[in-house]
Formats: sequence, C-alpha cells, structure tokens
Amino acid sequence: MTEVRSAPATAVPAVAGPPSGPAGGSRRRERAKQGAVGWLFVLPFAVLLVAFLLLPMAYALKLSLYRSTLIEGEVFAFLDNYKQAFEDPLVRQGVVRVLLFGLVQTPVMIGIALLAALLIDGATSRFSRFFRLAAFVPYAVPVVIGTLMWGFLYSGSTGPFRGLGIDFLSSGVVLASLGNIVTWQWAGYNMIVLYAALQGLPKEVYESARLDGATGTQIALRIKTPMISSALVLATLFTIMGTLQFFTEPLILRPLNPGAITEHYTPNLYAFHQAFSFQQYNYSAAISFLLGAVVFVGSYIFLFATRKRSALR
Amino acid sequence: MTEKKGSIASHLLMGVMAIYFLLPFWWLLVAATKDNDGLFGSAPLWFSDVHLVENLRLLFSQENGIYLTWLRNSAFYAVVSGLGATVVSALAGYAFAKLRFPGRNALFALLLGLIMVPATALVLPTYLLMSQAGMVDTIWAVILPSLLNPFGVYLLRVYVHDSVPDEMLEAARIDGAGEFRVFRSVALPAMRPALVTVLLFTMVASWNNFFLPLVMLSDSSLYPLTVGLRTWFMTATLGGGGPALFNVIVAGSLVAIVPLIAAFLLLQRHWRSGLTVGAVK
Repeated sequence: MTEVRSAPATAVPAVAGPPSGPAGGSRRRERAKQGAVGWLFVLPFAVLLVAFLLLPMAYALKLSLYRSTLIEGEVFAFLDNYKQAFEDPLVRQGVVRVLLFGLVQTPVMIGIALLAALLIDGATSRFSRFFRLAAFVPYAVPVVIGTLMWGFLYSGSTGPFRGLGIDFLSSGVVLASLGNIVTWQWAGYNMIVLYAALQGLPKEVYESARLDGATGTQIALRIKTPMISSALVLATLFTIMGTLQFFTEPLILRPLNPGAITEHYTPNLYAFHQAFSFQQYNYSAAISFLLGAVVFVGSYIFLFATRKRSALR
Repeated sequence: MTEKKGSIASHLLMGVMAIYFLLPFWWLLVAATKDNDGLFGSAPLWFSDVHLVENLRLLFSQENGIYLTWLRNSAFYAVVSGLGATVVSALAGYAFAKLRFPGRNALFALLLGLIMVPATALVLPTYLLMSQAGMVDTIWAVILPSLLNPFGVYLLRVYVHDSVPDEMLEAARIDGAGEFRVFRSVALPAMRPALVTVLLFTMVASWNNFFLPLVMLSDSSLYPLTVGLRTWFMTATLGGGGPALFNVIVAGSLVAIVPLIAAFLLLQRHWRSGLTVGAVK
C-alpha cells in the first residue's frame, strides 16, 4: 500500500523534470530512432484522445455558441445559449437539486464508508472479511440493475417496506430514495479505498497510543481518521463529481413516477431531454459544456486547495 | 473486558450494515423464483411457489430470444473494449514511462489535465460527430469511444516507471532486440498484474455502461443488457398493452449480475489492488 501511495510523488517530477538516464553523444541516432518508435507506441492513444475527447469538447463548445434557426440555419449566437441557461429556472432547479443532493448524500456515504473501513481495519475475524465482501459487492452491479432492484424494493406493490406507509417515490421523498441507491452502490467502493489507506499507516503510532491507555474508538477517531485525510478528501471529490453528473438513477426510476422525477430533474437529465426529445442540440451542448466545465474546474480547484493534504502534489 | 465489549459492538454494527448491503440481492434471488402474481402478491422477502425455471424459459424466449442477443452484445462489447483499451493503454503507458520522444512531456501533461473531464459531458457531441461520420447505430459507436482510457494509461505509466527496471530493457537492446521486441518480451510480462487490473476495470465499465449505448443505439438487436432491460422496464411500467414483464425483468437482472459477481469473487485481489492505485488518482 505504501509504495502505491508514494507513486504519484515519483511520477510527477519525472514528467516535469529532464529525462534521466544515460545520454551520451554516441547515442544520438539511437535516440532519434527511439523518438519515432515512441510516437508509434502512443499513436493509437493520441488518435483516440483527439477523436473522442478533444474533438467532442471543441465541437460541444462550437455548438453551444450557435443557434439553429428556421430561416437562416445555424447562426452565431455567442453567449446567448449560456445566458438562456443561467436564466432558465429549470436549469437552476436542477443545479440546486444536485447541490442539495451532494451536500447531504456525500457526507452520509463517506461517513458510512469511513465507519466500515475503521471497523474492518480494527477487526480480524472471519466475519469482518465476509463483511468487507458484502459491502463491496454492490459496486460490481451495473447502476441500471442496482436502480431497478431498488425500484422494486421501493414499490408499494412489490417491496418489503409497504407496511411502513412511506411512499418512497413521492416527490418529497424520492431524492432521499435516490440518495440511498447511490449510497448503497458506492459506500463499499469508498470503504475499500479508505481501508487501503488505513492499511498503509505505520502500526507503531497507534500501538503506542494503545499502551498509553487509549480505547479502540479513540484511536479510530483521533489517530487513524486524521491520518487518512488525503484519501478522505479524494473520495469526497470523486463523489461530488459523480453527483453533479447525476443521470442514470433518476432516468431509470422516472417511469415509476414521472410527476416527481421530471425530465429536468438534474442538469444532465435536462440536457439529455433537450437534445434527444426536442432536438435542441445547441442549448443542450451549452448546458453540458457548462456542467462539464464546473466539474472540471471545480475538481482542480478542490485538488489545488487541498493538495497539502492529498497525495497529488 | 472493554476490549471484548467493543468487539461485540463492532461486529453488531458490521452485521447491520451487511444486511443493508445484501438485502437487494436476497430480494432479487427470491423474486426471480416467483411468477408475476407471486411477485405482487406474496411476502417480498420469502419464497412462495417456485417458478425459476419457467421465468428463465420466458426470459430467453421473450421477443424471439432477444435477451440472449443482449447478453452476447454485452459480452462482446466488454471483451473487445476491454482488450482494445488495455492494448492501447499498455503501449502508451510504456512509452510514457520508458521511451524518449519529442512532445512526450507535453502529451502526458495534456493527459493529466484531461483526466478529470466528465465523460457524460462528451456523450452528446460524440453522438453528433458519430452521426456525421455515419457510424451511429453500429457497434463501433459503442466500442471506439470505450477504447480511450486516460486513467488506464496513467496507471500503467506509474506501474512501468516503478517496477520495470531500465537495466532490463537496456540489456535486451544490447542483445540486439528491436524496440517492439523489448516491449513484447521484456516489459509486457513484467506489466502483467497491472494489465489484468486495467483489463478487469475496463471490461466491467463496459459491461455496466449505459449512457453511451443508450444514446448511440436505436436498433434493439445491438443493445447491451443495461439498455435492453431498461426498455423492458419502461414498457412494463408504462403499460402499453404488452404483457406484464416484471418477472422476466427480475430474472433478467439476476442473470445479468451473476457473471459479474462470479468474476468479482474470483478476482478479488485484482479488484482491490486496482482500487488502491485508484485512491491516489
């Protein structure tokens, strides 16, 4: 675990710094040959990077700056689509909803993952190994199928909770129900990530605390948890990035209550319907591009602001 | 004394959480044995009349056995995308780590910069570009974008940099091996554990993929399982005059996750090592 954690620290300087290793003058021809071979090796990746990342990004940006009109066809509209998106109450509702979702669901899930990781780190029984598997299995299930299963469980006619008298799919509750699906699916994944960080800690630190009379709970909360803060920060970041792009779960549950899960329920769902139900490609591109930019810029700011504590430097 | 109490408490907590994580699987297993009446009528968490074989027969005969086509498609997309992405990532990761070529640092910096671009934001423009190229509604629309795996390249670069010594490559070169030969016979075997991890993750990502095939495909005989099951679920929920498919959907969900759970249990070690590297991303 420790060697893995230290990997980026060695990786990044190697990118920024001058190439190391022997470089005698007699090797010049060999190096020229290696240059050509090097490009040959990265060529497939470079082509894919251009075709399926840079080109779509540029195309989305271009689309978002144009408008299609009946009379003149595509016309340059500069930031009109973005202005429309900022003023669109449906976009705003979706953004507020995913932010609210992220604000509640992220700490709950990371909390469960941390608790589970501390528990399996503290116990060595056969049951704790079984528990580790049980918590991680949902991650291996496709999101579509995980959501379908919970859809049946939430349903008043097929689910086991029908005695509780709660309509899990009603407009007031469905956001929490969606949050439960995401938590169920990803808590175990984050547990493994945090557990790996815990396993990388030097044992002496908390052995001496134990000799000083600290209890298991105190060691877990006061020593272990602060020491894995970088892993916690990264797990939080990836969760927030995921919730901003929230799409599949609400799309799958939508037929169960289209009135509660509207087609503009999340920004991504809105962009999807704008494009594929209403052929508003330009407007859809503006929303997607905006969302992508927020996630992209946000995650770099987040990483930069917390880089002292995180493994990425 | 407190030690023991603490252990009991922590095992109790783990027990409660394990029930939460496993409940949907238990429900699925039980529900897959029920016919439509049982699904809606009987106690959800216990068996009533067992119709598992009948459900499976229904599942594989529905719409002339289209489920089997979806299953085959999912497997095909997963294997081709997984192998393709792994080969592309292995070549690039090795080159970034061990070969000197002009523009290497710039290209790698670009990769690091773009690793955070959210995939969902790219689906719409990729669809439009694919449709201009006439490739929408073909298998290539699903496979080609899945071959790009910047994180896999990054992971393999880190792995090669740390665990394939330069001296080994240099020795092979002095023995007269060409660059490709050095890669194939010296570097590739040393990269095996990391390659398995990348292969596993891209295959599962492809098996679970939904947004991309949902947008790219309209011919239902090209659907993967995820998109196909969602179509059935829509039909069943919104009525539409067709047969109530709920028991078929439940059986289909069970059959779709069995290979994943089997792979997951058999290859635990690789999952975890991959996630550990993922932690530093």
